[in-house]
Amino acid sequence: MASMRDIKRRRSSIQGTQQITKAMKLVSTVKLQRARAGAERSKGYFNSMFATVNSILSKVGHIEHKYLMPGESQKKAVIVITSNRGLAGGYNSNIVKLVTRHEGWKKEDLEIYAIGGKGRDALAKDGYYIREYNTEVIESPTYEDAMVLTRHLLDSFSAGEIGEIYLAYTAFKNTVSHIPTMLRLLPVEIKDTPEQADDKAGAIMNFEPNEVEALDMLIPKYMTSLIYGALKEALASENGARMQAMDNATSNADEMISDLSLKYNRARQSSITQELTEIIAGAEALG
Amino acid sequence: MADNTTFRLRVITPDRVFYEGEVNMVELNTTEGQIGVLPGHIPLTVIIKPGILKIYEDGNEKEAALHSGFVEILPDGISILAEIVEWPDEIDEKRAEAALARAEERLKSKTSDVDMSRAEAALLRAIARIQVLK
Repeated sequence: MASMRDIKRRRSSIQGTQQITKAMKLVSTVKLQRARAGAERSKGYFNSMFATVNSILSKVGHIEHKYLMPGESQKKAVIVITSNRGLAGGYNSNIVKLVTRHEGWKKEDLEIYAIGGKGRDALAKDGYYIREYNTEVIESPTYEDAMVLTRHLLDSFSAGEIGEIYLAYTAFKNTVSHIPTMLRLLPVEIKDTPEQADDKAGAIMNFEPNEVEALDMLIPKYMTSLIYGALKEALASENGARMQAMDNATSNADEMISDLSLKYNRARQSSITQELTEIIAGAEALG
Repeated sequence: MADNTTFRLRVITPDRVFYEGEVNMVELNTTEGQIGVLPGHIPLTVIIKPGILKIYEDGNEKEAALHSGFVEILPDGISILAEIVEWPDEIDEKRAEAALARAEERLKSKTSDVDMSRAEAALLRAIARIQVLK
């Protein structure tokens, strides 16, 4: 059995760790509140954007438009949104797995646009080509950040360097549920939704300029809003994941502490018993 | 709709709801030119060009600098999805003037490394900002 002193030392070290995990949990709870409010504020814009683009697409149908068809290049650009810091449970590794285990994707065909250090490090170690990376954006995402990224991606898409664009991020459903999500940005997926045409009281939408020119301008904005929304949600998910991880760590520490306390008391008791036995044995020998 | 003199205007940006309320008329600048929208307009989607957004409320007139985005017009309401929109008191006049000078400079230089369409857009934005302050 471990000595009393060893047990005591171990217990106090776990108590120290527990204080850290407790503090980290509180910090990420506060950050989560803020990030979630931010994500919810951008939802209205995003939803209207989504509805409009969808109604245009369902109206124009399958027209030949550069943003609606895959480019000739085999290359795929993947935006990978992760965090800069760890200790968030499976948050970062789930996103990385989404990319590395994607069916039918070859490592050589992928160009990674990494946002957040953890995803970049993991993918670079695996031998993926990191085309661009940025670690500052994820700390406090702005709409301008999303605009810059969209412009870079569309430039390479128009130049024929990449044929498809994907977005890997963690969708924020609620505080405890975060879903790693892979989304195709370009070519835009046309969802045939008949109910789309029916809402707005059967109004026939007109476009000025015409649909094709409108798409030229709308799709970049649509992409930007998707990326922006993803950044906001990823930030909320990161803090939610960290909060959960730290909560688990804190309760695990509680368990270990009570286990060690029990062991410590047992060790103390047995040492007292042993001393008593020795004293009695000594007294008997004398008597 | 009880009366046909007002309709609902919503101006949304990625970060906030910029304006929401009943208005009589809205004026804005689109890629096809200046338009004014009254209640009962046919459904129309237009793309915004940098310019002034004029909101005519009941006996009240408001202006804002609207830079990019698009507008969805329906008979009973308008939604403006704006990437950038500012009230006059949010605009930094000195910065706008500096941006104007810079954009003009770029357009004059006409060297191949200047992105003409971007310089032009910057120029239009700066003009809209300065105009809305006056």
